[in-house]
Amino acid sequence: MTTPATHPVDILRFNTCGSVDDGKSTLIGRLLYDSKSLMEDQIEALERSSDITGGGQVNLANLTDGLRAEREQGITIDVAYRYFATPQRKFIIADTPGHVQYTRNMVTGASTANLSIILVDARLGVIEQSRRHTCLASLLRIPHLVVAVNKMDLMGWKQERFIEIRDEFETFLPRLDIKDVKFLPISALNGDNVVTASPHTPWFSGPTLLGHLESVHIGSDWNLNGFRLPVQWVNRPNSPTDPQLHDFRGLSGQIAGGIVRVGQKVLVLPSGLTATVKQIWTYNGPLQEAFCPQSVTLVLDQDIDVSRGDMIVGLDVLPGGSSNVSAKVCWMHSRPLQRGKKYFLKHTTHTVQAVVTHIINRIDISTLEPEAEPAELALNDVGEIRIKTARPLIYDAYSINRLTGSFIMIEQGTNATVAAGMLMPPDETVKPEYNDFAI
Amino acid sequence: MNSYHLDHLQYLETEAIHVMREVAAEFERPALLFSGGKDSICLLRLAEKAFRPSDIPMPFLNVDTGHHFPELNEFRDRRAIELGGKLIIRKVTDAIASGIATPSPGEISRNRLQIPTLLAAIEEFRFDCCIGGARRDEEKSRAKERFFSFRDSFGQWDPKNQRPEIWNLYNAQINSGENMRVFPLSNWTEMDVWEYIKREKLEVPSIYFSHQRACVRRRGQWLPVNDLIPPKPGETVQNLTVRVRTIGDIISTGCVESPAQSVDDIIAEIAAARVTERGSRADDQSSEAAMEDRKKAGYF
Repeated sequence: MTTPATHPVDILRFNTCGSVDDGKSTLIGRLLYDSKSLMEDQIEALERSSDITGGGQVNLANLTDGLRAEREQGITIDVAYRYFATPQRKFIIADTPGHVQYTRNMVTGASTANLSIILVDARLGVIEQSRRHTCLASLLRIPHLVVAVNKMDLMGWKQERFIEIRDEFETFLPRLDIKDVKFLPISALNGDNVVTASPHTPWFSGPTLLGHLESVHIGSDWNLNGFRLPVQWVNRPNSPTDPQLHDFRGLSGQIAGGIVRVGQKVLVLPSGLTATVKQIWTYNGPLQEAFCPQSVTLVLDQDIDVSRGDMIVGLDVLPGGSSNVSAKVCWMHSRPLQRGKKYFLKHTTHTVQAVVTHIINRIDISTLEPEAEPAELALNDVGEIRIKTARPLIYDAYSINRLTGSFIMIEQGTNATVAAGMLMPPDETVKPEYNDFAI
Repeated sequence: MNSYHLDHLQYLETEAIHVMREVAAEFERPALLFSGGKDSICLLRLAEKAFRPSDIPMPFLNVDTGHHFPELNEFRDRRAIELGGKLIIRKVTDAIASGIATPSPGEISRNRLQIPTLLAAIEEFRFDCCIGGARRDEEKSRAKERFFSFRDSFGQWDPKNQRPEIWNLYNAQINSGENMRVFPLSNWTEMDVWEYIKREKLEVPSIYFSHQRACVRRRGQWLPVNDLIPPKPGETVQNLTVRVRTIGDIISTGCVESPAQSVDDIIAEIAAARVTERGSRADDQSSEAAMEDRKKAGYF
């Protein structure tokens, strides 16, 4: 039996994409079942529900389809999160359905993922949906990809079929921004190469899917280059009993990039004022340095005007700063994007009013081919747009930093989240106005 | 390799602190739901980490069903004082007396009646956001819930129409009368909670540890003997060495036989456990969709 970890380990977040028939839920069920992450009452509940829906056969897919409506209709409505652990790692699975609202859900599940598993049915090979999954993973800059060629048992475990699919996949990979791709021949239903190595694939040297998930290097997935602290909350004790805290004015937030050290000179944007980091305050005591994605409270040497939505940055790598930005967006609402309409745009901790001035193109997400100047972007469309904001955004390209390069759009009135946006490289970096700006 | 790396608890912690600060910054009248249970104990420590050296900028709210374990209430009250927080308690018994909550004939459980009591408290104090300690690994319908879970003016959760939640960008916009429930521990598992309690050296109520208790076997569980549902003829009362794994009301919380006397013992026990935490809660077992139905009506 695998004992769950009781010592510090790291977390790998991954998402699975595929439709019901690809065996996606079966694969997750298999991972949980074979890694001994399922408990007796869950297995019992599974057996209870199989009497109703499955004619007595235990259906591993029922583990992940949580809501009653889903079980009755045999569909997955939304993103579900699953957790399991091995002695090597903790895992968070975002399980996204492959049909309705597909792009929207996939973007939601994949946005926080280190790794994406693309399921390919060995009988069907690379189909349009496989390409869409892969292109979206690329668009979202998921660092690691696993192509799991499933149902290999139905193809007699033929190596030629596996290689054929891998070659077909590799023909369009060069067009994408994914550096680390792993191909695995599996059978989720029977468990081959999922947790235990298959006796049917002597031609495959491994690893198993779980072995790969446990060992893939994710240490460099956070951006440690270019300090960024979006100010989230200004920490000013009301009537502190400790006299030392009378003038305490801390700037709290989660570091969105880079490293900060006590004594370091920083720039507050958009004001352009500079200051020196006097203290990195935490509940557990002061730190000498802190890094992305730690949550900290900075105390600066000068009492300058800083509020939520401002960004504190290092002087070595400056961000972009502009009220006119370009971005790729995934539209997530049934009411299409309307040019000229005012939306709220939430970027880091900063919410501003924004208007879409141009729809530059719509991107076919199975080929990444752009179609110039479409009339609109509708639900599940991806396209490039030009946005004007009421206050300047301080940002990085999404390709450089997922945290300072992303935003959401919110419809005013209904408050619906209507889009996920990825900022294009800025035309120019911010130009601080003050003369004392010297490194 | 570099040393700029967070382990799993540090990762979950920074994520939760970020969520709590978003609440403090984006809402006018937030509250933090504090029962004294292990999950909300972690929430309080995270609130300290998010907001110190300032005061925690929100009151603590607890719906007292009247069926709580006395050890839990004692702990709840003491902890709130230690943290210098304002504790608001609203009682189901008062809600029944004032007609806000109406038990159906013969209904002893306060499970359903907590819902109107909570919604009335939200209305009374005009809370626009409540932070809760629910986790996605607890239960199937929880697995589909967002960090920021929108509730309409009736307090209802609509699972088919949730706001997509992308990156760490939480949409906190609501209209007047609407409400947000926020779950900073969404990504934590039962094991993470105990490992965090260990790392942070957090005190927990004594009933989580092994103790002697008179129990009665009912529907496959050891339930604590209590005045509300006294042992029936034919049921035998046994004195057992037990602890509780999850704390609900005294009439529905199953005790597990356990010698665990320390947090380390509990961690070892969970590591070897073969049933889930909620497996000892009669309120969740009544039907497969029990939690889904209660959440739609306004429950946490």
